[in-house]
Amino acid sequence: MNIQTTAETRGIVRGGETLKQHRDRLMEATKRTRHYAGIEKMELRDNHPIQYNKLFSRLRAGVVDARETAKKIAASPIVEQEGELCFTLYNAAGDAILTSTGIIIHVGTMGAAIKYMIENDWESNPGINDKDIFCNNDSLIGNVHTCDIHTIVPIFHEGELIGWVGGVTHVIDTGSVGPGSMSTGQVQRFGDGYQVTCRKIGHNDTLMRDWLHESQRSVRTTRYWMLDERTRIAGCHMIRDLVEQVIADEGIENYWKFAYEAIEHGRVGLQARIKAMTIPGKYRQVGFVDVPYAHDDVRVPSDFAKVDTIMHTPSEITIRPDGTWRLDFEGASRWGWHTYNAHAVSFTSGIWVMMTQSLIPTEMINDGAAYGTEFRLPKGTWMNPNDRRVAFSYSWHFLVSSWTALWRGLSRSYFGRGYLEEVNAGNANTSNWLQGGGFNQFDEIHAVNSFECAANGVGASAHMDGISHAAAIWNPEGDMGDMEIWELAEPLVYLGRQIKASSGGAGKYRGGCGFESLRMVWNAKDWTMFFMGNGHISSDWGLMGGYPAASGYRFEAHDTGLKEIIANGGPIPHGGDTDPENPTWEAMLPDAKIKRDKQAITTEAMFKDYDLYLNYMRGGPGFGDPLDREPEAVAQDVNGGYLLERFAASVYGVKLVKGENDQFSADEAGTEALRAQIRKERLEKAVPTREWMKGERERILSKDAGVHVQQMFAASFKLGPKFEESFRKFWDLPVDWQLMEADLPIPSYGREYSMDISELPDVKTVQFVDE
Amino acid sequence: MAYTKAKIKDLVDGKIDRDTLHTMLSTPKDKERFEIYLDILQEQVPWEDKIILPLGPKLYIVQHASDKKWVVKSHAGYEFCDWRENWKLHAVMRVRETAEEMEELYPRLMAPSTNWQVIREYYCPKSGDLLDVEAPTPWYPVIHDFEPDIDAFYTEWLGLPVPERA
Repeated sequence: MNIQTTAETRGIVRGGETLKQHRDRLMEATKRTRHYAGIEKMELRDNHPIQYNKLFSRLRAGVVDARETAKKIAASPIVEQEGELCFTLYNAAGDAILTSTGIIIHVGTMGAAIKYMIENDWESNPGINDKDIFCNNDSLIGNVHTCDIHTIVPIFHEGELIGWVGGVTHVIDTGSVGPGSMSTGQVQRFGDGYQVTCRKIGHNDTLMRDWLHESQRSVRTTRYWMLDERTRIAGCHMIRDLVEQVIADEGIENYWKFAYEAIEHGRVGLQARIKAMTIPGKYRQVGFVDVPYAHDDVRVPSDFAKVDTIMHTPSEITIRPDGTWRLDFEGASRWGWHTYNAHAVSFTSGIWVMMTQSLIPTEMINDGAAYGTEFRLPKGTWMNPNDRRVAFSYSWHFLVSSWTALWRGLSRSYFGRGYLEEVNAGNANTSNWLQGGGFNQFDEIHAVNSFECAANGVGASAHMDGISHAAAIWNPEGDMGDMEIWELAEPLVYLGRQIKASSGGAGKYRGGCGFESLRMVWNAKDWTMFFMGNGHISSDWGLMGGYPAASGYRFEAHDTGLKEIIANGGPIPHGGDTDPENPTWEAMLPDAKIKRDKQAITTEAMFKDYDLYLNYMRGGPGFGDPLDREPEAVAQDVNGGYLLERFAASVYGVKLVKGENDQFSADEAGTEALRAQIRKERLEKAVPTREWMKGERERILSKDAGVHVQQMFAASFKLGPKFEESFRKFWDLPVDWQLMEADLPIPSYGREYSMDISELPDVKTVQFVDE
Repeated sequence: MAYTKAKIKDLVDGKIDRDTLHTMLSTPKDKERFEIYLDILQEQVPWEDKIILPLGPKLYIVQHASDKKWVVKSHAGYEFCDWRENWKLHAVMRVRETAEEMEELYPRLMAPSTNWQVIREYYCPKSGDLLDVEAPTPWYPVIHDFEPDIDAFYTEWLGLPVPERA
């Protein structure tokens, strides 16, 4: 009897389904019923609420505990100091049940990796067994950027798979073309560093030797790599043990129900919060960021990449009366030859990082929110690329600048309902990223990536200023870190650290200010550094009359003569130099070669001991008309170093008077008169909007704008026909007005020809959004 | 958690105490906030028209006291347009598109480069109040940023009657 032809293979999932069968069944039921996994009634939650909450509380506490404990194992400062790690528990289908604190964007990215393994039958080859260990950092299947390394461990119970646990850390280097985790020099994936696609790297809870040897030599910072990996494995195993214990105490049936009901609970919870906090309707906003690559200090391997471009994300949020919502990014620009592209999953999953800070500030963050949201990201855009060559290593450059616009949309609804405490004008462009490498003070091959910019300025609210040097959108628990730790991690001495005056956007409530650190290269050999941040564009608009945050610039000094100045006991730069319009350091370093300009993105430049590097962290945007700010608050801003003195009058209309100890206060009568004068001048300089539109239309007709501006519109028109239609309608453009990338005097490789990862043989990608 | 009108007024005035603020942020929202909020704002505006929905610190959708029409109106009393239109198209505005104009707001090098990004300021034509700031590239259409579904909001979400609309 030939039983092989009739017997079905028993799958590894609890109950006997294969992973693929299991996920297919869940997705079909979700689609059919519009409830996750077809769960129209949450039996465990409704009938045994105490047990349900006990399960949730134990598992959530355990996941957080695993993160807190595991990070103490790591040596990498960005994990230990900044908390750049996260652990998430998944059900068998790879949907997140709950997650720890930390870089919770990965609630979706590790799930995307699990789903990729499911859809591509990892179950039969390479096989998925109890005590296996998998590693992934592939941005083409959903990871944010190459330096986020996932460790994924399946969880089995009595020989059957019941779920997964994933741990992620942001490692300091992945062996990309330039040192540092988010480098700028490469323009394709092949220069982005070591790439691992859901690879089985261990069995029997032990890492394989070939993996250890290969991975350690693929990156510059081997020690950090190894220790971070142990952090991730330790956390995953702690959580696996916890799940086993919870099952022993509560029973597998209850755990199994919980693993699916919790996601439906998350979906329903989002809908309830939308109804409780927002207003139905349509919200429109836009984000931009600059990619200034046509500059001598951006050295890339390909001529076609050496162009100035602008990344563009218009968005429309539709909140429906039933509490469901759709986020449509029609009109977004194409992916580009730089490292700022993003996968659809990192774009959508990252939005939950934002939402946890206002819309869903609960511990119940899981894939329910994703199932409760419709996303449309047109294929071919920078956040849903259609080419397998794209690079991702600093996708955050535009992720943060795109999402900051969403704050404005949601804040309009919070403001309308009176929930002023939730209003946020936006987040900062989280930069500068100080990066570089060479040989460090311990004579080892090294790369640096300062995470000081985990403490940027926060956007203003509708009732208070944004908090200064406080946070980063990608890690709600960000911290600037201790100088002493960074000095151990980097061969760079601190000469000073101070608030960055006037970096926060002006407003009735101003944006939080960033800060700056002046670093001197010390004990480095064969050393390089580069800059990464916004410069020509401030991506963070203000809200309801508030101004955008300031944009960036760079300062670097070479051949400073500081060795001699220090030996002679002369003055050296510490702080000061608060106003780049009136610099002071140049005079202190008369023979130095100084670069102080708007080129805030560069590639590796050579640095040696006594050279200087200014690390300037950006501020957040403002809220409301600055003329409505309390005059005394403006005086305190100047006294505290948050605002340069001259802007008290020109921006805030505040007349300052100097008192004892050079402290300013506001002259009330003088302020009132000055503000009246400014309001009058505003109206004198203003024109009716429709009058201005006539002139702007003429500029459009005559193609009067920079090539980078034209390229942005042309790329968006091609991918977003509705965006083009609305543009043409708004400006009433004649049919013969056309704007095509092909007609512009810069190369546009990738415009016509692209090849998606899904076109490779035997590859099944998972589509997570409407394209 | 419900709050007194005095506490909500403190919030509107930017003077809320930290403990209440923490409670507001960390506990479920108070559904009745909207009506109390409208009461507070109505007491602060210098005109009689009924506020339907606040759009900004000095901008509202209101119902005309006389003919029940809904319009967008500023604190100073300027009426821009029908509530469904983009009020910015009926405002007066100034575009900052030179370095000199930018440097009234930001120190040199910390201002956007005007061939990449401009700043558009929309004012109340009556008072000169700055009601909105856009910071797009040149050529960018004026954004119609919010089209609220007020009927669904009032009736389905808050259980309130929709004020009469002519």
